[in-house]
Amino acid sequence: MMASSYNAKEEDGPHSGSSTNGGTGAAKNKKPDNTAFKQQRLPAWQPILTAGTVLPAFFVIGLIFIPIGIGLYVTSNNIKEFEIDYTGLELGSPCHDCSKNFTWNSTTPCVCALNFTLEQPFESNVYMYYGLSNFYQNHRRYVKSRDDRQLNGDPTSLMKPSKECEPYRTSAETKEPIAPCGAIANSLFNDTLELYYIEPNGTTTAIHLAKKGIAWWTDKHVKFRNPVDDKENLTELFKGTAKPVNWRKPVYELDPSDPENNGFINEDFIVWMRTAALPTFRKLYRIIHKKPSTTSTLPSGRYILKVTYNYPVHSFSGRKRMILSTISWMGGKNPFLGIAYITVGSICFFLGVVLLIIHHKYDTRSNSADIPN
Amino acid sequence: SLASQNLLLRGATLKNTEYIYGVAIYTGMETKMALNYQSKSQKRSAVEKSMNAYLVVYLCILISKAVINTTLKYVWQADPNKDEPWYNEKTETERQRHILIRAFTDFLAFMVLFNYIIPVSMYVTVEMQKFLGSYFMMWDDEMFDEELGERAVVNTSDLNEELGQVEYVFTDKTGTLTENNMEFIECCVDGNVYVPHVICNGQVMPGAEGIDMIDTSPGPDAREHEELFFRALCLCHTVQVKEEETVDGIKHGIHQGKSSSFYISSSPDEVALVEGMKRLGFTYLRLKDGQMEILNREDEIERFELLEVLTFDSVRRRMSVIVRSSTGELYLFCKGADSSIFPRIISGKVEQVKARVEHNAVEGLRTLCVAYRPLSAEQYEQVCHLLTRAKLEFQDQDKLVAEAYDLIERDLTLLGATAVEDRLQDKAADTIESLHKAGMKVWVLTGDKMETAAATCYASKLFRRSTQILELTTKRTEEQSLHDVLFELSRTVLRHYGGMPRDTSSGLSSEYTDYGLIIDGATLSAVMRPSQEESNSGNYKEIFLEICRNCSAVLCCRMAPLQKAQIVKMIKASKEHPITLAIGDGANDVSMILEAHVGIGIMGKEGRQAVRNSDYAIPKFKHLKKMLLVHGHYYYIRISELVQYFFYKNVCFIFPQFLYQFFCGFSQQPLYDTAYLTLYNISFTSLPILLYSLMEQHINIDILKKEPSLYRDIAKNSLLTWPIFTYWTVLGIYDAIVMFFGAYFLFDNTTFTSNGQMFGNWTFGTLVFTVLVFTVTFKLALDTHYWTWINHFVIWGSLVFFVVFSLLWGGIIWPFLNYQRMYYVFMQILSSGPAWLSIILLITASLLPDVVKKVFWRALWPTTTERIQNADKLYKGQLSEFTPLAALHPPPKAGSYQRGSENQRNALNPRRNTCCWLCANMLSRNSP
Repeated sequence: MMASSYNAKEEDGPHSGSSTNGGTGAAKNKKPDNTAFKQQRLPAWQPILTAGTVLPAFFVIGLIFIPIGIGLYVTSNNIKEFEIDYTGLELGSPCHDCSKNFTWNSTTPCVCALNFTLEQPFESNVYMYYGLSNFYQNHRRYVKSRDDRQLNGDPTSLMKPSKECEPYRTSAETKEPIAPCGAIANSLFNDTLELYYIEPNGTTTAIHLAKKGIAWWTDKHVKFRNPVDDKENLTELFKGTAKPVNWRKPVYELDPSDPENNGFINEDFIVWMRTAALPTFRKLYRIIHKKPSTTSTLPSGRYILKVTYNYPVHSFSGRKRMILSTISWMGGKNPFLGIAYITVGSICFFLGVVLLIIHHKYDTRSNSADIPN
Repeated sequence: SLASQNLLLRGATLKNTEYIYGVAIYTGMETKMALNYQSKSQKRSAVEKSMNAYLVVYLCILISKAVINTTLKYVWQADPNKDEPWYNEKTETERQRHILIRAFTDFLAFMVLFNYIIPVSMYVTVEMQKFLGSYFMMWDDEMFDEELGERAVVNTSDLNEELGQVEYVFTDKTGTLTENNMEFIECCVDGNVYVPHVICNGQVMPGAEGIDMIDTSPGPDAREHEELFFRALCLCHTVQVKEEETVDGIKHGIHQGKSSSFYISSSPDEVALVEGMKRLGFTYLRLKDGQMEILNREDEIERFELLEVLTFDSVRRRMSVIVRSSTGELYLFCKGADSSIFPRIISGKVEQVKARVEHNAVEGLRTLCVAYRPLSAEQYEQVCHLLTRAKLEFQDQDKLVAEAYDLIERDLTLLGATAVEDRLQDKAADTIESLHKAGMKVWVLTGDKMETAAATCYASKLFRRSTQILELTTKRTEEQSLHDVLFELSRTVLRHYGGMPRDTSSGLSSEYTDYGLIIDGATLSAVMRPSQEESNSGNYKEIFLEICRNCSAVLCCRMAPLQKAQIVKMIKASKEHPITLAIGDGANDVSMILEAHVGIGIMGKEGRQAVRNSDYAIPKFKHLKKMLLVHGHYYYIRISELVQYFFYKNVCFIFPQFLYQFFCGFSQQPLYDTAYLTLYNISFTSLPILLYSLMEQHINIDILKKEPSLYRDIAKNSLLTWPIFTYWTVLGIYDAIVMFFGAYFLFDNTTFTSNGQMFGNWTFGTLVFTVLVFTVTFKLALDTHYWTWINHFVIWGSLVFFVVFSLLWGGIIWPFLNYQRMYYVFMQILSSGPAWLSIILLITASLLPDVVKKVFWRALWPTTTERIQNADKLYKGQLSEFTPLAALHPPPKAGSYQRGSENQRNALNPRRNTCCWLCANMLSRNSP
């Protein structure tokens, strides 16, 4: 007799007995651990963003941001800044001739002088910047065209610069490696700016411009190194290398007067090597330290800016500026941060008020709506 | 003679015998197994589909960004002084290159620069989330079954979130809704009800032969009927005795009630009946040499010679045996469905029995009626003659046999009725009710006959008393044409729902008439069959779907296994493309399990086929509730946030780079350092979102279980719709703009430090990056509703790691690097006061709109979820202790606030119209 139950559901194996026999043993093994983690019942803080909880935060943010903003704005307004464009593209400009007659291989430097007046005296230290516009220091090809090993004093890289420096890697004529190599170094800003004060009695006095302290301390002391610290023979050390194509003098003559500021650790050079973020930028050029004797570093009055015009910007329609600025704890003049703080603070405050209304109107209403009795 | 009952189909199992002799008559693609085989296909979740759609959008964004930038680059470079100013010359090889090659290289370079917008790491994180997340299901204590010693099994972790999207549940009946464990409840002889003392599954307690008399004690006449009734049940069946020990042990074994031998039959009802009889004192021992042996109440063995078996079939719905007692009397015993027995009764207490049968049927019990007919020798001769003639006929054998049976089973005397219960699984009704409340439509697909199935449906609250039942069965279509029936039904249904959007009427609302549909397999295949004349073939299916859509519950009975899959397929393909879930325990459910979006296997008695082929397996039907309402809900919330957040954080990341191209001459200059580019997705922002997507619980587990309607809040993939995706993307772009231009204006031509020194492009990028990392991490922190120590650890830990890494990365001249661009950059930022201030400002400004949006939306247009969150907070987590309530009070004006942009969705999805009954109840309890 066969008892195939083909209208019922087929079993796929004879194991009906095994499940009951092994039941108790398996139960112990398979029973999940009753831990808070495995049961997803870990103790937890369960915050919810409701009008009620966010309200105080908005008011607090508003009350903190608005005073900060006002403080920043006032500070920024107290900063004195003077800017003068000396590109010389306009006909009347004193530097017009220099910019027009610029050639790369002229031997005599072209000098032009601009007069300007400071309406207000500049107290405390004054920082002198040069500014360039339309100059893409952040162009990818430009940014990577450098050899940090070479600049860090690695002797191998000095003689064999990185391929990234192309086409400013080896000199075209002598096939010698260029030091410092790359487009950034090659395009080092080489205008010389001098500042003269015309005293009320008519005599002009040169203002002392400090060359040091313009670069990051770590750059000057760690990141940039001359090949070997043998100060006597900087010329020797760079022997066998060529100067960058556009330079008038080799790297070991950047500042012959001060061995601490010569070669790769020349601060003007280091400042230039830190590529700017945006095509319009300024770089720190000199610092005018406040003399303890005088009341103001730069008294109001007439000044002369004497420019040794070496740097062509005409071809890419760039502009060159000289900026004088005092500095506060928050840096140079920048009303943006203060205004932004005031705006965000006011928005928060306003939203806080709106939320307060909503909180009162809707929370009570929606609760009462839910209660049937 | 060989007949169809001697045919063994492939897949049959040999039982009770060592071996058989057989002949293979057919192998191939039309065996039952091959016909019911459904090929396994790759299942993908709805979330994955939207993820891929988003990805295509982002791919388009990526390509258009690259194309725009390449084009602009060449426009900008048209001036040779811009292309190659004196300070930035190209190498000779670059100049030689053909313009097209250059343009193509530039395009590729832009693609590389922006490629982070395609969150490759998202796929890794999603996979990790799914894999690790599925462990929580396996670990779940509440989904562990003590009795079976089994816990939930996850066969695929790809569909976790799909559990939160289910709209249609297709469930098997036997073994899934019910325990597949028939139990004899009572019998009724001539109106006297007998209930066995001890009711326990298949086990007879010692001294259990006593009988409870509910009605008056029977008189002598009734006594005779009673004995006949018990004997009838002991004889009229096809049960076999299976023993595991020696043949001698049979009697002993059964008598002692040991499990060493037990009854088996193709019908569990029969087993239950025979076991019930055993408890009432009549034990069927065995069939030996054509003699059926019964042990009666006096411990005597009675022998009956089995002369004929008139087997059961579904048309007659009864079976009979003809036996000869030891004293030589001939009896025909017949048992069958009431509808097939009553018309053949000539005597007996029909009224009393009928009343009892009806009473039992309403209780959801499976009833059978028993009748007998004493036969004289001549009558038996006649019967034998009829049967032999029918069986010898080859053509129309079935018909002739049926006719013969019809002639034999007549002039019966009614003895009584039995009631057998297929017990519902624990909490099956509660589970079904929850699924209904959660907005799911539950379909029961079963091979059983209609009456039994309907009774189960009532018992499991699939149909309620108020449910209006629509029938679409063979019985009806025999009277009217299918066409007419369908149209009539659809008219009935649509009259009610004519005006309103369809989905709002589904489920629990008691004001509308609930419709329940019953359809059987034959009618279903008629509906789905593509008819020869093209006139109405497609139409039937449409009308049928239309009817189904308006029914909260559908019962499909008499289904073949493959038909189950066809139904699932049909619903899947209907125009709303709903997400389907199939749940079953047996091999006949496999095709349906494979076909549905999510297939769930029950670890039942029917073997492991369903479990092996399923996506998830649970020990009991009741575990489905937690699986869908809690785990499914959580996984959906978690993964949708994961997906949206990943796109968002990469937009924030890459959009500033895109903007930067406008300021660096479209030269593909990256804004961030390589280390930041690489580590952003790997280290700085990966762990918080991964842990969020594993731990997040926007609402407590208990509330989710108690308030199934919350499930509707996430229905129809509502967190991954295009408006929400757009919101996240716009938010990402906004944040990117704030970060980039914030930094831009700060850097614009001014000094940042108190010593006058200037910052370069890497400082600019690092500042943006710092703001970026903090903003996206805080954004996630704002979204986190469940802060365990792990969340605290990873969120604050990632930020600390970023700072420490940056300090380290910029703190040393790394000898293996060609560039020392990051040297001291980060420290310089930290030493500058304005940088700190601007970081704080930009983070605040970036996060502000999202916070405002969240707060306003919550206050003005709260979803059910948000209302419950508020209420829970109000009562400090005590909410979960309240049981959900009876009072269903919709808020008076709930329907009137709708978000303008989401009106369209609201029409489909009544999330905002659902009120918070839980809160209402709780608040009313707490108010004085």
